[in-house]
Amino acid sequence: MHSEKVIEIVNLSKQFKEVKAVDDLELTVYRGDVFGFLGPNGAGKSTTIRMLLSLIKPTGGEIKLFGKSLRKERISILRDIGAIVEKPDFYGYLSAFKNLEILGRLSQTDVSQKRIMKVLEFVGLEKRYKSKVKTFSHGMKQRLGIAQALLHDPQLIILDEPTTGLDPQGMKEIRELIFHLSGVEKKTIFLSSHILSEVEQVANRMIILNKGRKIVEGSVSDLLNRNVLQVSFEVDDASTAEMKIKETAWGTKLKSSAKERLVFSLQHNEIAELNKFFIQNGVDVSAVIPTRSLEEYFLSIMEKNSI
Amino acid sequence: MITLIGIELYKLFKKWRTYIGFIAITVLVPIIQIAISIEGQKTLNFMTRSIQQSFLFVGNFLNSYLVSYLIMNSLYIHIPFLVTLAAGDLLAGEATAGTYRMLLTRPVSRFNVVTSKFLAGIIYTFLLVMWLAVLSLGIGTLIFGTGELIVMKSSALIIFSRNDILWRFASAYIFAVISMSVVTSLAFLFSSLVENSIGPIITTMAIIIAFIIISAIDVNAFRIIKPYLFTSYMGAWSSFFDKPADLETAWKAIGVLSAHIIILFSITLYIFKKKDILT
Repeated sequence: MHSEKVIEIVNLSKQFKEVKAVDDLELTVYRGDVFGFLGPNGAGKSTTIRMLLSLIKPTGGEIKLFGKSLRKERISILRDIGAIVEKPDFYGYLSAFKNLEILGRLSQTDVSQKRIMKVLEFVGLEKRYKSKVKTFSHGMKQRLGIAQALLHDPQLIILDEPTTGLDPQGMKEIRELIFHLSGVEKKTIFLSSHILSEVEQVANRMIILNKGRKIVEGSVSDLLNRNVLQVSFEVDDASTAEMKIKETAWGTKLKSSAKERLVFSLQHNEIAELNKFFIQNGVDVSAVIPTRSLEEYFLSIMEKNSI
Repeated sequence: MITLIGIELYKLFKKWRTYIGFIAITVLVPIIQIAISIEGQKTLNFMTRSIQQSFLFVGNFLNSYLVSYLIMNSLYIHIPFLVTLAAGDLLAGEATAGTYRMLLTRPVSRFNVVTSKFLAGIIYTFLLVMWLAVLSLGIGTLIFGTGELIVMKSSALIIFSRNDILWRFASAYIFAVISMSVVTSLAFLFSSLVENSIGPIITTMAIIIAFIIISAIDVNAFRIIKPYLFTSYMGAWSSFFDKPADLETAWKAIGVLSAHIIILFSITLYIFKKKDILT
């Protein structure tokens, strides 16, 4: 079903003196994926990304990008990758244009004024192309970071915490940009983020990492549906409904009740069944709201793995 | 590689600190020249006092050549300091600014990155020494004119005729470039180890000062060490001002200093290729 493997990590490890930052990690990213890379601080996300970009040498394991070994074919692989690693830093004493020109030359790509201005326009910095980067706000640097990642038209874009320090508007813009790059430009995107809702909205597949190890990997929708959901039923009379529920086995699944709302812990296939039960017992249901989010899922996974 | 060197030179000369060395030389050389124009005759009389009774001195001895020769003595301490200001920042500056991440995720080998930065540092060193030469000889000629060069050596007072001087200066300045390139290489090595350029500048200067002190103290224990200290060879530029020029000493020094450059650069390259970029 999946197409070509863009990233393939096998038994990847990195040891910093006594600390094992990444431990026997395996993951696969396919062409066209928006791949969410999740984990708490210190989980090993940045170390993995730095190893993907050959900034850090792995202690063990193998990284393949576009089917080629990173160890053996680093330069040809990097031609097809655009990346932001943590916060984007530039030569502050140079203009935005000149920074892109230098980075473009290093990437052996088109550094014509037309191309650079097109990329700057894409990230909304065309009016500040002459300004020195040291005068830029964090959000502007972040956008320039995206510009440098896109300048050489790479196949794979690696974004490490791209919305860190951005205001809600900036975060929305980045989200829209990811949709555009994935949907229109057909790029493969590897997105590391601690903002889980962000990953939930844009990623189709994801991995959760903790203490350098993979906890879970799969499609976002499957992972969210795999486990028990928190579901709110909005009813006309919660006290009557609660009484009827407690007379049956559904009572064990009731978590809380308020004026017009009953909250249950349910398997995905039980939602319709419970709804049917309410209708059969004369309880009017005005809304069924699954409240389970990636955030809850993430926290529950973390809880299990901290034991 | 030429593109990379061009980029590195562009970055280097867009930084304010790169010009500190040139500004310092531009200020210092005329000050020394003015001081010599005021006090120089006394110094010259002092140098020649023992032979003034026996010889008659005719001509312009207080000239640009003598002044340039005296200024070249500043190479030991002052120019190395100016060189390290830029060289110590070549790699550490990228770490401080966080730009390693952008630079090293480009399709360029680490060998090429280090080599281009190193060569940019050597070109900077060359330009700095050449600027010293242009100001010493150029402005010196305007102020003092030219003439014979009188040089005080430990064994004798040597006088060079004016048509026997320029090649000696050219050789001495080329030697100075090699000698200062050792300082560049040392600062570059330290620059690869840390994430702040202050460390490489201070460490390089501390090493040079310590080595010069060891070289200057004439005790047996230090005599054994001296041949292994690069500072022992930095003063060999003056061998071009022997009569005849002591080319054997000069070539030996060039060999030792060049070996230092190659070894220091190789160590830097080895360290940088193994380095994990964590900044």
